[in-house]
Amino acid sequence: MSRVDVKKTYKLYIGGKFPRSESGRSYEVYAAPSGRARAGATPRFLANAAQGSRKDARDAVTAARAAQPGWASATAYNRGQVLYRVAEVMESRRPQLVQEVRDAEGLTAAAAEAVVSQAIDRWVWYAGWSDKYVQVLGGLNPVAGPYFNISASEPTGVVAVLAPQASSLLGLVSVIAPAIVSGNTVVVVTSADRPLPAITLAECLATSDVPGGVVNIISGRAGEIAPWLASHRDVNAIDLAGAAGAEGVDWAALEEASADNLKRVVRPAGTGAEAVEPDWTETPDLSRLTAFLETKTVWHPKGR
Amino acid sequence: MPTFEYAPAPESRSVVDLRTSYGLFINGEFVDGGGTAFKSISPATEEVLAEVSEATDADVDAAVKAARTAYTRVWSRMSGADRGKYLYRIARILQERAREFAVLESLDNGKPIKESRDVDIPLAAAHFFYNAGWADKLEFASLGPNPRAHGVVGQIIPWNFPMLMLAWKIAPALATGNTVVLKPAETTPLTALLFAEVCQQADLPPGVVNIVTGAGPTGQAIVDHAGIDKLAFTGSTGVGKMIARAIAGTRKKATLELGGKAANIVFDDAPIDQAVEGIVNGIFFNQGHVCCAGSRLLVQESIADEVERRLKRRLDTLRVGDPLDKNTDVGAINSRAQLDRIVALTDAGESEGAERWDNGCELPSKGFWFRPTVFTGVTQTHRIAQEEIFGPVLSVLTFRTPQEAVAKANNTPYGLSAGIWTEKGSRILWMADQLKAGVVWANTFNKFDPTSPFGGYKESGYGREGGRHGLEPYVKTGA
Repeated sequence: MSRVDVKKTYKLYIGGKFPRSESGRSYEVYAAPSGRARAGATPRFLANAAQGSRKDARDAVTAARAAQPGWASATAYNRGQVLYRVAEVMESRRPQLVQEVRDAEGLTAAAAEAVVSQAIDRWVWYAGWSDKYVQVLGGLNPVAGPYFNISASEPTGVVAVLAPQASSLLGLVSVIAPAIVSGNTVVVVTSADRPLPAITLAECLATSDVPGGVVNIISGRAGEIAPWLASHRDVNAIDLAGAAGAEGVDWAALEEASADNLKRVVRPAGTGAEAVEPDWTETPDLSRLTAFLETKTVWHPKGR
Repeated sequence: MPTFEYAPAPESRSVVDLRTSYGLFINGEFVDGGGTAFKSISPATEEVLAEVSEATDADVDAAVKAARTAYTRVWSRMSGADRGKYLYRIARILQERAREFAVLESLDNGKPIKESRDVDIPLAAAHFFYNAGWADKLEFASLGPNPRAHGVVGQIIPWNFPMLMLAWKIAPALATGNTVVLKPAETTPLTALLFAEVCQQADLPPGVVNIVTGAGPTGQAIVDHAGIDKLAFTGSTGVGKMIARAIAGTRKKATLELGGKAANIVFDDAPIDQAVEGIVNGIFFNQGHVCCAGSRLLVQESIADEVERRLKRRLDTLRVGDPLDKNTDVGAINSRAQLDRIVALTDAGESEGAERWDNGCELPSKGFWFRPTVFTGVTQTHRIAQEEIFGPVLSVLTFRTPQEAVAKANNTPYGLSAGIWTEKGSRILWMADQLKAGVVWANTFNKFDPTSPFGGYKESGYGREGGRHGLEPYVKTGA
């Protein structure tokens, strides 16, 4: 007799805990049709994911704000090790991530393996920046006067992130890691149709040493949740990557709402009004890291 | 104690040769604007200095097209070394004509000649000289792979440092290979128009720099123009937000240098006389028309009475009056509208219960003037502790511990600058780490340098101007 397996309930990740949505809602998540699926075949049911609400997003901002000063004041070496640890945990959960990415994106086993490998490697790449970007981006300014004048980068604070709709793990990692490596904390809205790898990433974060509240993950529909994040006065920046291909998301309106407290905005890729999801397999530059940094310049006196 | 009186020591106006009217500077030539001409006056005397054209939407369109043509045909094809040589030429001409610019700036703006002569104009020239050297070294500037210009940049600048803000904007834009449409403030357009003559003397190719004068609608036309690739704005947070909304959903980039409500924090171990000079410089420099002004004095409780006494004694000696007099410390308020705003906010300070003091000095009968003013007993919720006054008005608050100083200093939506006065180096750096401000001055205030990035956190805007960081907003990178 075959064993009846134990299915997992996929929940939100807020402040280091895994609550259901306060709204009590969930929504059905199906596997993407793979190459072998016949047209008209019934989609395969995967899970009931929690459907995050406005209130969940606000709770997540509160958790992110509470965690931000502590995360930013950790030493750069410490942040680097904590983030590297996340990659270790991801590696240990590789089979699970591969299966979920395969289901979410309709990939072959080999393609899903490649995506997960790249996602883990991307995380390691960003983790390594923790104690280097300040050196690369800042430095001494030779002012004309008796001052030690130095510019250094600091995190901007709480960043709202619309995760990519198509790339459920590699894209997700590529928007979360560059925001948190510098000491920001994030509130992430997952891909609407492909949320499950994000929740498993949350489990990797929860079982590594990332403090609760540094990454908060809300599964659900960006069209419903994003406007509340864009207009939230205690959010410092917003990454609109996930506007591409998201139902009911008007990124122009989100950018406009963000102007109320002058959030730093990363627009979706594309030209004109169009939003397209970039090719996440390309090697990143530093732009997503620097988008969420502030430059502080200090004039310190010199004298005998 | 004997009182020393100062004989008038006016700087000569003869160095400035003002025309009665000025057109717009488009494609290397002065042309008439399509709008209603307006007058630029001296705020110290209300004397009309010159009549200036108002640029309409069509004029802005012509300026953007001239800038686009110059970008496509000339400026983007020129080597960085040659672009740099034009900027070096401009820097040298500004130095050669420095006195003329300083006198005109003080006439049009109302700021003391000692400031326009010793700060505004030399720094403006220094910005051109500094950025000139970057023009052929951009690939060494750690800006990312393949740094290159956006194209046509629209720039809108305020009236508080007209020439210096022009230099902050134009020098990095040209060094990185962009062409420019710049609008000076409607109350201070004259040095920008004199700068147009400098461009002609430098043989800068026509259309690389275009200067359009006018008020809000002219600025709006620049912001909304489809041919603009990037905007750079310095001014109020309110207008900055309007610009951010206006470009939402487009691919236009923006740098915004906006308001501030800086805390100037004095600890009990600070050298008090030096700190008093810094407090005065922090808020009364340029009549307090400074976005990074130290408008909130946070003084440690144990020395509050002594600092207040010495500060008031020092303010009694400030000379308020003729901007062209070389002994003048505080000049004229830039416009009647600004004076009205200062009066309204100081009235609010009084009615909300803060204690008002001014130095009681005599003020000229004509023009726009405001006495150096100090409010004590100010609390965090008072409007004069929260809103930018942009005038010679200081709000004094007290604190007991460094933590309390940090909490009070950061309790504002702004985050442009801050000051720290203490003899303890470790405390300077600890405080600097805690303060949410883009520029932190320790045992000094209101220092500027072309190599030093300037710009704010939070609602003081985004992007940096000056230094290597100041190049970033003017380039795109990658494949």
